[in-house]
Amino acid sequence: MTATSDIAVTVRSLGKSYKIDHLGLAEPPVEAAEGGSRRRWPWQGKGPRQRMSSEIFWALRDVDFEVPRGKVFGVIGRNGAGKSTLLKILSRITEPTTGMAEIRGRVGSLLEVGTGFHPELSGRENIYLNGTLLGMRRRQIDQVFDAIVDFAEVHRFIDTPVKRYSSGMYVRLAFAVAAHLEPDILIIDEVLAVGDLQFQKKCLGKMKDVTGQGRTVLFVSHSLSTVNSLCDTCMLLENGRVTQIGPTESVTASYFASSEETAGSLLDLTADPPGDRFCRMVGARMVDRSGESVSYAHIDREVGIEMTYELLDPSTGPVIPNFHFFTAGQCAFISSPLPQPPASSGRHQATVWLPARFLNEGTYSVNFAATTPIPQCCHFHVQDQFCFEVIEDLHDEARHGAVHKVPGAVRPQLDWSMR
Amino acid sequence: MSVTRIQPRRRFSFFEWKEIVEYRDLLYFLALRDIKLRYKQTSLGAVWVILQPLVPAVIFAVLFGNFARLPSNGQPYLLMVFTGLIPWGLFSNSIGRAGTSLVANSGLLSKIYFPRLIIPLASMGSVVVDGLVSLGVLVVLLALFGIGLGWHLLAAPFFLLAAFLMGLGLTLIVASLNVYHRDFGYAVPFALQAWNYLTPIVYSSSLIPERWQFLYSLNPTVGLIEGFRWSVLGGVPITVTMMASMLSGLVASLAIGMAVFQKIERGFADIV
Repeated sequence: MTATSDIAVTVRSLGKSYKIDHLGLAEPPVEAAEGGSRRRWPWQGKGPRQRMSSEIFWALRDVDFEVPRGKVFGVIGRNGAGKSTLLKILSRITEPTTGMAEIRGRVGSLLEVGTGFHPELSGRENIYLNGTLLGMRRRQIDQVFDAIVDFAEVHRFIDTPVKRYSSGMYVRLAFAVAAHLEPDILIIDEVLAVGDLQFQKKCLGKMKDVTGQGRTVLFVSHSLSTVNSLCDTCMLLENGRVTQIGPTESVTASYFASSEETAGSLLDLTADPPGDRFCRMVGARMVDRSGESVSYAHIDREVGIEMTYELLDPSTGPVIPNFHFFTAGQCAFISSPLPQPPASSGRHQATVWLPARFLNEGTYSVNFAATTPIPQCCHFHVQDQFCFEVIEDLHDEARHGAVHKVPGAVRPQLDWSMR
Repeated sequence: MSVTRIQPRRRFSFFEWKEIVEYRDLLYFLALRDIKLRYKQTSLGAVWVILQPLVPAVIFAVLFGNFARLPSNGQPYLLMVFTGLIPWGLFSNSIGRAGTSLVANSGLLSKIYFPRLIIPLASMGSVVVDGLVSLGVLVVLLALFGIGLGWHLLAAPFFLLAAFLMGLGLTLIVASLNVYHRDFGYAVPFALQAWNYLTPIVYSSSLIPERWQFLYSLNPTVGLIEGFRWSVLGGVPITVTMMASMLSGLVASLAIGMAVFQKIERGFADIV
């Protein structure tokens, strides 16, 4: 049993409901909780049409958890599971309908980096405005001002209106202010998705610093690998309810298992191909050597993962595909090709061949990325949308009669010598 | 260690003034932003602050004073109009500028927590600065016309404060209602214009016939204008009716404003 003072955040039966009516207008939760039809204008009356037209939707219901001081607490779940609603309540942007939350310490939220930035104001003016908006005092900003400018690398442009900044500089400055506000509890929602790869690394480093100094972090993300590498404890939200709280690895593993239903071994992105103006991803599938699609992999057979991408502008330099293989929420390995990739514009296929007797039995998910090394940039990174299953015969002699799943991310057939 | 409790609020609660004091630096920087942006990319810049009350004052003085020869109780017509425009500007510009402030700053309000009252207060910052500049112009005009000041000048800050607070109350009402029904954004300028004519700004209240005087004095802004004018230029002090309706208008607008604002405040992020 932990003492109360060691708990940074306590949440008890927290809930949030919205009233949805046919116009699609969300009424404030106070009215929604009271329910019933409300007469807006005297001439509108209380017709039956109005009574039918609203229903109460619970974005969050009966949420209970505690975050010990100094821990990094991850919140995962699909879109619409209530993650953002939870963070909005905890950062006091919106009020809960039921329950309560108690937060011990000053809260800093990075719900959206750069909120309050005004394009006409200079970098200096925006730092002060944004800093005070995030709850800092003027004197505190004076103290960290140089550190912010250093971190964002905008020394020469500090008195230039930010509308003349490149988008990279803009994001760096915005993140720098937020990263230096030194709250006791930091609430972060997907901020690491901004900037180039190098900057992302820097941000991850800063986050590790923050947690190293004994700060509490509430971290919401779609990226299971980031959650795995940063969070001690993790909570899984499904349809507004908590379905699991525990050590990150086991929660991400079960989230991963549940995502099998939505992700499959055939991915078609032609409707809305992710990517930038140089390169975008069109689809992915699992194939055998004859080029036929296959729906699962057998442990005894070679199988290929084929990504189709479209090169729009080859002037960016070589576009290197790289595939990230995950199992049980952990990165098993990353693979990218050695030969020079095709440089002509148009559709290309990149296929990685997984030899027989290499992967273990079980479910694997693949994240697809395409990067250019110089200047470093990531054209797309498609996560948690593709997965496949490796099956094996229970009578396989290499199992030596074992009936349970053989543990491990991979199960390569290696050479042994025995005397 | 500060402890924040988050739970559904009770129906009525008082404003957390302590929190607003805590966020005073934000109030300062937001007001500064509004002032800076107002005159950004203008070549005359701050000169507009001086011209804005001065030009209409001159026009009205020429029209009503020189051509129409309306009474001005023996005072220079220009000064009479100008002393009317200062408290009226404080009152009506607040409503005009800060009335749309919540909607205009919805991006901030739906992403970051801070005392919501800061937003309309900061928008009123530029109005206050304009008012201070106008006071400076008034001092110059008084010197030019060789008007001596009396002991009643001590009452001037009181009337300016009253204009500010009454403006704040109505601003809160308008800003809140704007969130639900943008119609108010369109209706308010008309209402202010009509109100302008019912208030002795470009004319003196002595123009109103005797039998309508009482009814006229029920308009709370009559006291604001005539009170400030008297404190600067002297002459006839304001009536008890004017004073009473001004004070009750002030209290009512602040009370209603606070209540409406609070009601809107809690659900704000869900609506915008």
